[in-house]
Amino acid sequence: MSKIIEGLKYSDSHEWVKAEGNIAIIGVSDFAQKEMGDITYVDMPAVDDEVSAGEEFGALESVKAASDLYSPVSGTVVEVNEALEDAPEAINEDAYASWIIKVEMSDPSELDALLDAAAYKALIGE
Amino acid sequence: MSELKTCLYDSHVALGAKMSPFAGFIMPIQYAGIVQEHLAVREHVGMFDVSHMGEIFVKGPDAEAFINHIFTNEIRGYEPGKVLYGMMCYPDGGTVDDLLVYREYLKDHFLLVVNAANIEKDFAWIQEQAHGFDCRLDNASDRIGQIAVQGPEAEKTVMEVLGYKEAQELSFYTFTDVEYKGERLILSRTGYTGEDGFELYTTPENTVEIWNRLLEAGVQPCGLGCRDTLRFEAGLPLYGDELSPEISPVMAGLGMFCKFEKDFIGKDALLDQKAGNLKRKLVGIEIFDKAIPRAGYPVELEDGTEVGVVTTGYHSISLDKSICFALVDKEVSALDTPLWIRIRKKVFPGKVIKKRFYQTNYKK
Repeated sequence: MSKIIEGLKYSDSHEWVKAEGNIAIIGVSDFAQKEMGDITYVDMPAVDDEVSAGEEFGALESVKAASDLYSPVSGTVVEVNEALEDAPEAINEDAYASWIIKVEMSDPSELDALLDAAAYKALIGE
Repeated sequence: MSELKTCLYDSHVALGAKMSPFAGFIMPIQYAGIVQEHLAVREHVGMFDVSHMGEIFVKGPDAEAFINHIFTNEIRGYEPGKVLYGMMCYPDGGTVDDLLVYREYLKDHFLLVVNAANIEKDFAWIQEQAHGFDCRLDNASDRIGQIAVQGPEAEKTVMEVLGYKEAQELSFYTFTDVEYKGERLILSRTGYTGEDGFELYTTPENTVEIWNRLLEAGVQPCGLGCRDTLRFEAGLPLYGDELSPEISPVMAGLGMFCKFEKDFIGKDALLDQKAGNLKRKLVGIEIFDKAIPRAGYPVELEDGTEVGVVTTGYHSISLDKSICFALVDKEVSALDTPLWIRIRKKVFPGKVIKKRFYQTNYKK
């Protein structure tokens, strides 16, 4: 049974978003990390890169496969979680404590199009 | 198309394995996780269901001459109880399959062990080539299950859990016949992991019993996920990735398994390639980053010219390096040649290294 946290927003491609003012903190769900298995590498954008809602911004790599990451919102990357460069397995240990990027949103209303915890739970069907 | 199940399918499901189609079968990819299973084999012992592999018996007065005609390696002079690795090739040098040939203890009896994905193709190929040779062919793949017990504790496990004291007498690439419940069991000191280990061929019923006894003894079940990471680190090719109708043994760097002092199908084409008439060769490449080169990613020069393609790649579990096999233009195949790999939007520098990434631990 995958962990889902109330109060976060979720994308149907299994990213989570926590909004703090106009900053979106973005990671992947517990369901996603379980599906991936042992994560060995996180391909992240650089600070100041532009990201667009629904578009690929990086990738997670497990031993066996690469899986693209999609940004749930549009805006500018203001911070990347550099700790994941040396310890990508932190996502397996706690997917919600291990954010990947922070984005300054250009259109915070995009958050309204995302799923809440209940809708995400229904999506993964557990 | 519905996938075939091995005799151990129910056990895999009961163990909660992640199942996936492979080579026409529904097979376990992982149980506990690829890293844990990989390390179990490198450090202790693990076991694999490899019942999907194909077994073809060849018997008769011309069996030796026939196999030597279709097989790149030289089986003449090989004693009963020995196993030999090699390929079957098309006349143009392309690879039909890579396989093991067992010379049985009965005169004029041989066993060929082939890749699961190729069983039907191989059997048809072998039958076509057999005209004029006095030998019988028997595709026994459905009647034989196979378990691979691999790792530094494999010998101890086979002796103590299964009671086969014969295990300690076997050196790498030899086998002996033993019995389980009155049925034949081929105990073979072979494997596909780079570690010491055994492969046990017997009836499906016995295979299930033996698997359960090993499970009860605490042997880690291992899926095809770590079978691939282990064989890759050991520099071993996988048919479909590093060998194919387009990739000959010589291109794949396996010329040592082709004996040009004898005649075999594909010899002339392979000799020509060996003399330098080939476009691409298989190399190892290490990139200086944790990004992972995957099959199909392009290999480039610094200026972006494409000179090859990755065939298998991982962030190596045992070596903590990002490495791959790649088929590259022969002009850039020398050791230490700088090459770049395009991974999604970025390009990562690397260099050509030896294909045997991991120091293997076979029992000589």
